[in-house]
Amino acid sequence: MKILVPVKRVLDYNVKPRVKADGTGVDLANVKMSMNPFDEIAVEEAIRLREKGAATEVIVVSIGEAKAQETLRTALAMGADRAILIVSEEKVEPLGVAKLLAKVAAEEAPGLIILGKQAIDDDNNQTGQMLAGLLGWGQGTFASAVVVEGDTVTVTREVDGGAETERFTMPAIVTTDLRLNEPRYASLPNIMKAKSKPLAQKAPADYGVDVAPRLTTLKVVEPPKRTAGIKVADVDELVGKLKAMGVAK
Amino acid sequence: MKALVWVEHDGAAVKDATLAAVTAAAKLGDVHLLVAGQGVGAVSGQAAKIMGVAKVHVADDAAYAHALAENVAPLVAGLMDHHDAFVAPATTNGKNIAPRVAALLDVMQISDILSVESADTFTRPIYAGNAIATVQTRDTKLVLTVRGTAFDKAAMEGGAGIIEAVASMGDKGVSTFVSAEIAKSERPELTSAKVIVSGGRALQNSENFHTIIEPLADKLGAGVGASRAAVDAGYVPNDYQVGQTGKIVAPEVYIAIGISGAIQHLAGMKDSKTIIAINKDEDAPIFQVADIGLVGDLFKIVPELTGKL
Ligand SMILES: Cc1cc2nc3c(=O)[nH]c(=O)nc-3n(C[C@H](O)[C@H](O)[C@H](O)COP(=O)(O)OP(=O)(O)OC[C@H]3O[C@@H](n4cnc5c(N)ncnc54)[C@H](O)[C@@H]3O)c2cc1C
Ligand SMILES: Nc1ncnc2c1ncn2[C@@H]1O[C@H](COP(=O)(O)O)[C@@H](O)[C@H]1O
Repeated sequence: MKILVPVKRVLDYNVKPRVKADGTGVDLANVKMSMNPFDEIAVEEAIRLREKGAATEVIVVSIGEAKAQETLRTALAMGADRAILIVSEEKVEPLGVAKLLAKVAAEEAPGLIILGKQAIDDDNNQTGQMLAGLLGWGQGTFASAVVVEGDTVTVTREVDGGAETERFTMPAIVTTDLRLNEPRYASLPNIMKAKSKPLAQKAPADYGVDVAPRLTTLKVVEPPKRTAGIKVADVDELVGKLKAMGVAK
Repeated sequence: MKALVWVEHDGAAVKDATLAAVTAAAKLGDVHLLVAGQGVGAVSGQAAKIMGVAKVHVADDAAYAHALAENVAPLVAGLMDHHDAFVAPATTNGKNIAPRVAALLDVMQISDILSVESADTFTRPIYAGNAIATVQTRDTKLVLTVRGTAFDKAAMEGGAGIIEAVASMGDKGVSTFVSAEIAKSERPELTSAKVIVSGGRALQNSENFHTIIEPLADKLGAGVGASRAAVDAGYVPNDYQVGQTGKIVAPEVYIAIGISGAIQHLAGMKDSKTIIAINKDEDAPIFQVADIGLVGDLFKIVPELTGKL
């Protein structure tokens, strides 16, 4: 069984995003970019399934600028077997990404596609569910545990009230939540080895998919700023404040 | 415009998150609801009374008992022949179902909206709420999820919606519900609590969380939240997590105890009316957003505070 893992290159989660003065977006010039943290978890899960013998090959895919190559190399260094880069200098929306991934899925026939639950730049949380809808497959979203047995995958999902377990016939989609696993670091030898692993370059047109955006961003602004308030000296003063607010009697 | 709102419920009652979605939908036009589930007579009756609701479509079938997206999405897509917008609360169920509906309709979803600017333009948070984008869609049908803290809740009384049964589209046969571990708590739900007491990594273990955070919450009638670090370390279950990837809350008062204030945590609580922070590090980023700060050791401060309330 093959596992397909879509990975996105995003602003590193440790970097504080800065809104551009002209209101067109967030400044991505000269800032650290990394693999979306949820996608690292997805790559890790796929590699573990291969290591356990549940999968034979892990293929990573990214849609984005040519620089997304670096992100794919990181995934290859973690242990993925090969990579596909679909180059688009224009931003592709989740619906377009899902359509491209559906074509890749038709070519590669994976048993599982493991995505992140959300990309931390646009915080959309859509692509996996859209892809599942396009393919008519089951979707185990927000996974905190994944068990493959025969032709089914059982997924424990993090939901508002706690946890829920669902079983899906494969092929199926899984999207990762934070506690699914702890991704490994790539070792130096593996980083070297990754350089010679296959990385195919494609364009959206190769798949015959129209990725023209449906949404126009009219402007991007900073949220209303909170300013630091006061510091109280001790618990008595805090109790006084709570009483004044009517929170405590 | 006719908007179809997906009703979040637990089989017995309509959940609060639905009411904010109704308010958002009402800004677009006529509000219709979809109650999908098994044995949802009571929920449908309740839904019909929500202020401003014109019609309640009810799909009562075992296929919808656990809100499996594989079964619910085709049902919604069918109803969208007669509606212009599908609106779901940005709950885990809403986030699971709505994008699948969008794909079936070939439209781009607009996630987590904060406001309705016009019939095709909305604002939404990006980058963990560090930026707010205004986006306009070209699609002829809308699929939206609604951030609960950004809209008032529609009244649970005063409506007189017509209830109409919808034929089931059956089980698609790709997914099965196995089990749920839903935490039962006497405390208010995080997303509707007026006061929240949250604990972070500084609590050190689950016992401290119980003996230090919970008594304070009990005194204040508060909901209990946590940082991701506290959840990851196993002090409390995942449904406590507040933040970019957990719950988004905006209570009257949010008390952050032993939480540093990482941007991913702030993303979930910085719209709270009053933020109170207790932290031993006076330079902790949480103090940059806190209205009231107290610097010191939580193990000393919190029991004293609880005692004096
Ligand atoms: C993709 C991604 C998503 C994330 N999503 C979330 C999310 O949704 N929610 C979330 O919370 N985090 C999230 N995080 C994690 C986030 O980046 C931080 O790691 C986390 O919020 C830190 O939790 P903390 O403040 O409890 O721990 P720490 O950062 O370790 O802070 C502990 C604080 O306690 C203080 N302290 C220690 N001892 C005491 C004492 N005795 N008395 C008083 N104060 C004390 C310290 O001064 C410190 O400020 C996410 C991270 C990533 C990468
Ligand atoms: N441009 C992209 N290239 C590859 N994978 C992507 C891309 N955009 C989104 N994804 C995948 O879809 C997941 C959810 O993204 P989103 O729906 O944008 O929040 C991510 O965690 C990735 O696994």
